[in-house]
Amino acid sequence: MTHTLLAAEGALPAAGVAQSAWLLLALPLFGAAVLLLGGKATNKWGHLLGCATVILAFVYGLTLFLSTTSLKAADRIQELHLFSWIPVDSLSIDFGLRLDPLSLTFVLLITGVGSLIHVYSIGYMSHDTDRRKFFAYLNLFVAAMLLLVLGNGFVTLYFGWEGVGLASYLLIAFWQHKPAAATAAKKAFLMNRVGDVGLAVAIFLMWANLGTTQYTEVFAKIGTLDGGTVLAISLLLLLGACGKSGQFPLQAWLPDAMEGPTPVSALIHAATMVTAGVYLIARSNPIYDLTADGRLVVTIIGTVTLLIGCVIGCAYDDIKKVLAYSTVSQIGYMILGVGLGPVGYALGITHLLTHGFFKAGLFLGAGSVMHGMNDEVDMRQYGGLAKKMPITFATFGLGYLALIGFPFLSGFYSKDAIIEAAFGQEGWRGWVFGGAAMLGVALTAFYMTRLMLMTFFGEQRWKNLKSSDGRDYHPHESPAVMTVPMIILAVGSVFAGFLLTNGNFLANWLEPSLGELKEAGHPPLPAAAMTALSLGLMVVGVGLAWLFVGRKPVPVTKPERVSWVVRAARADLYGNKLNETLFAKPGEALTKGLVIADDKAVDGTVTGIAGALAFLSSRLRRTQTGFVRSYALTMLGGSVLVVAALLMVRFS
Amino acid sequence: MLEAFEAAAPSSGLDPYVPLVALFVLAAAFAVFSVAAAPLVGPRRYNKAKLDAYECGIEPSPQPIVGGGRMPVAYYLTAMLFILFDIEMVFLYPFAVTSDQLGFFGVVEIVLFIATVGFAYAYVWRRGGLDWN
Amino acid sequence: MQEQFLAQAQQQVNAPDIAYGAIAPVLIVLGFACLSVLVEAFVAKERRWGLQIGVAAAAIVLAGASLAAFISSNDAAGGPTGKTGVTTLAGAVSVDKPALFLWGTLLALGVLALLLIADRTVGGDMQTEVFPLFLFALGGMMVFCAANNLLTMFIALEVLSLPLYLMCGLARKRRLISQEAAVKYFLLGAFASAFFLYGLALLYGYAGSVKLADIATAAVGTDRSDTLLFGGLGLLVVGLLFKGSVGPFHTWTPDVYQGAPTSVTAFMAACTKVAAFGGILRVLTVAFQSTQWEWRGVLWGVAIASMAIGAIFGLTQTDVKRMIAYSSVAHAGFLLVGAIAMNTDGLSSTLFYLLAYGFTTIASFGVISLVRSGSGEATDLSQWAGLAKRSPLLAGVFTFLLLALAGIPLTSGFIGKFVVFSAALRDGMAPLVVIALVFSAVAAFFYLRVVVLMYFSEPAEDGPTVSVPGAFTTVAITLGTFVTLLLGVLPGFVLNWASSGGFLS
Repeated sequence: MTHTLLAAEGALPAAGVAQSAWLLLALPLFGAAVLLLGGKATNKWGHLLGCATVILAFVYGLTLFLSTTSLKAADRIQELHLFSWIPVDSLSIDFGLRLDPLSLTFVLLITGVGSLIHVYSIGYMSHDTDRRKFFAYLNLFVAAMLLLVLGNGFVTLYFGWEGVGLASYLLIAFWQHKPAAATAAKKAFLMNRVGDVGLAVAIFLMWANLGTTQYTEVFAKIGTLDGGTVLAISLLLLLGACGKSGQFPLQAWLPDAMEGPTPVSALIHAATMVTAGVYLIARSNPIYDLTADGRLVVTIIGTVTLLIGCVIGCAYDDIKKVLAYSTVSQIGYMILGVGLGPVGYALGITHLLTHGFFKAGLFLGAGSVMHGMNDEVDMRQYGGLAKKMPITFATFGLGYLALIGFPFLSGFYSKDAIIEAAFGQEGWRGWVFGGAAMLGVALTAFYMTRLMLMTFFGEQRWKNLKSSDGRDYHPHESPAVMTVPMIILAVGSVFAGFLLTNGNFLANWLEPSLGELKEAGHPPLPAAAMTALSLGLMVVGVGLAWLFVGRKPVPVTKPERVSWVVRAARADLYGNKLNETLFAKPGEALTKGLVIADDKAVDGTVTGIAGALAFLSSRLRRTQTGFVRSYALTMLGGSVLVVAALLMVRFS
Repeated sequence: MLEAFEAAAPSSGLDPYVPLVALFVLAAAFAVFSVAAAPLVGPRRYNKAKLDAYECGIEPSPQPIVGGGRMPVAYYLTAMLFILFDIEMVFLYPFAVTSDQLGFFGVVEIVLFIATVGFAYAYVWRRGGLDWN
Repeated sequence: MQEQFLAQAQQQVNAPDIAYGAIAPVLIVLGFACLSVLVEAFVAKERRWGLQIGVAAAAIVLAGASLAAFISSNDAAGGPTGKTGVTTLAGAVSVDKPALFLWGTLLALGVLALLLIADRTVGGDMQTEVFPLFLFALGGMMVFCAANNLLTMFIALEVLSLPLYLMCGLARKRRLISQEAAVKYFLLGAFASAFFLYGLALLYGYAGSVKLADIATAAVGTDRSDTLLFGGLGLLVVGLLFKGSVGPFHTWTPDVYQGAPTSVTAFMAACTKVAAFGGILRVLTVAFQSTQWEWRGVLWGVAIASMAIGAIFGLTQTDVKRMIAYSSVAHAGFLLVGAIAMNTDGLSSTLFYLLAYGFTTIASFGVISLVRSGSGEATDLSQWAGLAKRSPLLAGVFTFLLLALAGIPLTSGFIGKFVVFSAALRDGMAPLVVIALVFSAVAAFFYLRVVVLMYFSEPAEDGPTVSVPGAFTTVAITLGTFVTLLLGVLPGFVLNWASSGGFLS
């Protein structure tokens, strides 16, 4: 029975190497269990075990990937049944793994980037007494994330979804003695719950209407539902995606989550977990294919988020927060991509992969800078670090170029494809979405250049400063255990885009999971013109940043037509001030406006409800007088109500 | 019995609960009548005992001097035990009347019942519940 | 009429058939309870404690063994799925699949509760009378779950209630609050029993019988007064809801949970809830299924009220035991959601939920009994601040249990909520499920508040100590936690058992 169903959907029982796919979950889980239960006894070698399990999982994942590529395209979706998880009457949920191109792609990303970051953490956390625990949590995260992408049904996905939420919570609060970290962890947890409710209700709806939550069966039967239900399911899934992926209106937790150790920011809050929302929508592509309205909402959310992320990113001085908002904005691009439907699923995933490389690299670079700068995150304290940290500078620089879409680096291929696809939408949508995505290119170039300039170039401002704990700064290059992962990621940032998009390699590979990558409609401009336009905007962004932040030497190409802006910028006296009033202030104001809107409207609603409930509760608890007579009166009142209601229902 | 009661009710559509209402009314009327009639027709010879709230032997005020102004708890305990065995007797009478019809099964049941009360009795007795002092 | 009565009386009364094998577990528990009273009477004081533990343990073990024997013979007797069960004692007691499941649950939870009660190392120290009372209460609960007519049910209700009232007042250290709790529970319990009895009387007036099946028959197509039926149902249900501490009939719960000795609270919280909801399920399913469209809306309202009261009041409690009490009110609401989903899934999911909730609750109270300050248990939440620093293992276990109560995946609480809500959804109660989800989110907040307090607050200067648990308490907490985890990961076996059959009327 199950077999025929699977076959109908093109999923085969796993065979060969794939039969051991449970190893992918078991290895990191084993690591986490040993490290958590072993206690201090494992302090000495715990970090090595943590790395080993993930690297082994990566090696296995690679083997599995290679063995799958040798199959025919039609045979590439396999299912591995593990056991019956919740069997009760008509409700039967099997615990199984779905091994298809999409999930395998994620397996490689998670274990690959995960391995690099595990190795990096050996160096980064070397001074921390709780390093063992850190690795245990990281392993736990990897296991949960793999479960999320490998599960063969929505309930399994939900299980992994909550697991990564837990790991993320534990890791953000890893330095729980810092109040900010504890608060950030709570905030992340709470805002994620909002999204989780959406996902849970979506699963309930599927169950109620289709009687199943396994992917194969849901996707086979989803066409039988009426449009309203499909729309509801798609919007609820989107709500879940927004929570996990830091999308508008649930984006506020992600920058705060940077209070966690930097490897965590790189692995969880840049490369993998936050992309779970993109995965969810891509995985649910048969559902989104059916509802144009649902897709439209997805694209709107993606567009709004990518702009918000860019604009706010311009105003922060905290290096990790700038990168965090950059992540928010880049995920906005991915959501926009997958929201476009069949023309965009594969593009979103491509950008997700390239972003995984360069953003992880950027975060590790930021971590390396902080490692050398007494954990300082304020870029205003940096400056001129390029000479002190050559390797960090080089790898970070490559990641930066990839992110802003410098020609022939990763981001250039993946982001431009999304922009082109967005322009290809019908009517006003093409102009709005494409235009917004295009504007985002300029803003991205601006804030990232600003970050580069403030960190690696210019005056060595830290020379005359002390860090908050009173030490002098002695910036130095990080040890090899940290720089090697950065170098590998930098190589990925350079070549991944080309390799993945060359001859539509990734799109073809993902076809069994996501369907054929359709050509975008009829873009209003030729592709070459759009590429030129986006490159031009990128140059404008870089130039503006140079103008406002680079300060000296200002490239004075046309001094005779000098505007008051440039004149002021030349005058060192109020250059900074101008910088602020002309760009930073409006930017800040806008940012503040957005932050206020975010805090008041979004957070306000959340905390407002909590506050109202607490107030209600503190009022109501006075009814617990402790007097039997009032208790009895309550009961009597309740009974009268119950009886009266029963009789009313009967006789009305 | 209920069937008999229903059968007895007039079938003219009169609610079968009308007699019940009538009973309530009669009971209430009787109570009111008794209370109202007593001071009218009765002799008025008051003494101390007459004015007590309850004629059960306890002076509500002043409180007894021993035991901090309260009755010894053993008093209530004994009263409770009395009620317990009183109830046992209430069961024994109907059993005795119908023991013929109940047969051997009834004997077994009543022995079990007595034994159960006996356990409680043993407990009270051994733990000093019956020691007045 | 008198002639009629006499004519009846002259007939020979035939003894009803008794399926001793089926009711053996109950007979064993109650028989050992009597034995336990005799031990109180005739054994010297210093030897009583140990002997009483032995008697109570023997009762539960033997009852469990006879239950297992009956289940296996019952399964062997029927077809592939086994017989549905037997009705015995002239139809007064129905030993069917749900009853067997509930008996198993009660006995298993009884073992854990007994372990907590029996542990004197951490200030349990009650009078030895607690053991016979415990056995009587347990026996009453077992009868209550299987009672097939309202009168048997009422007797069982009293047999389970009266010992509980007394057990609440047995604390030696915190005497006043304990006795106050006992009196309150007794007074309100008597009040609720009166409701039950009035309801019973009205239903007898309606159907002319106290048998559940006869009430069901009478409710289908007669022209009798529906006022009696629904008035009776309302009052009866109030009496039952009181025992299950469903809001707004929950008012006794926080005071009694707080005042009673913790091990007794554990027993009461877990087992009474099982018995009460066992009774509610049976009454609603067997007697009132045909009128469900009239009463279901009202019980919707009660379920919502209970969830709201539990979740909202729980937010600002400062005492751990009171907090768990309000949590139990909220859980009662969730259980009611399952109980009024009148389908087989509703039954099996509620049974599963009861089992899962019982184990988690007993383990939680076991943990609470370990956190002590000089004057006794430190139940004030402020004293729990930073507990994780001082004893990480205890805090970890308690965190896990709280997460189970909140319904986080990997715990039995999640599976329980999941199956209950999906049963309710299947029965077309989507709005109720949404409301339940909202309130479970609100309730999750106060569990997490304790977790945050334990992990992220600085410990108080004069904070409580965590006593080293005795072997009994350790075993109880370990078992409870293990089952909570096990049912969260592999619920299949228990779910299968819970859904093996319906009520037999």
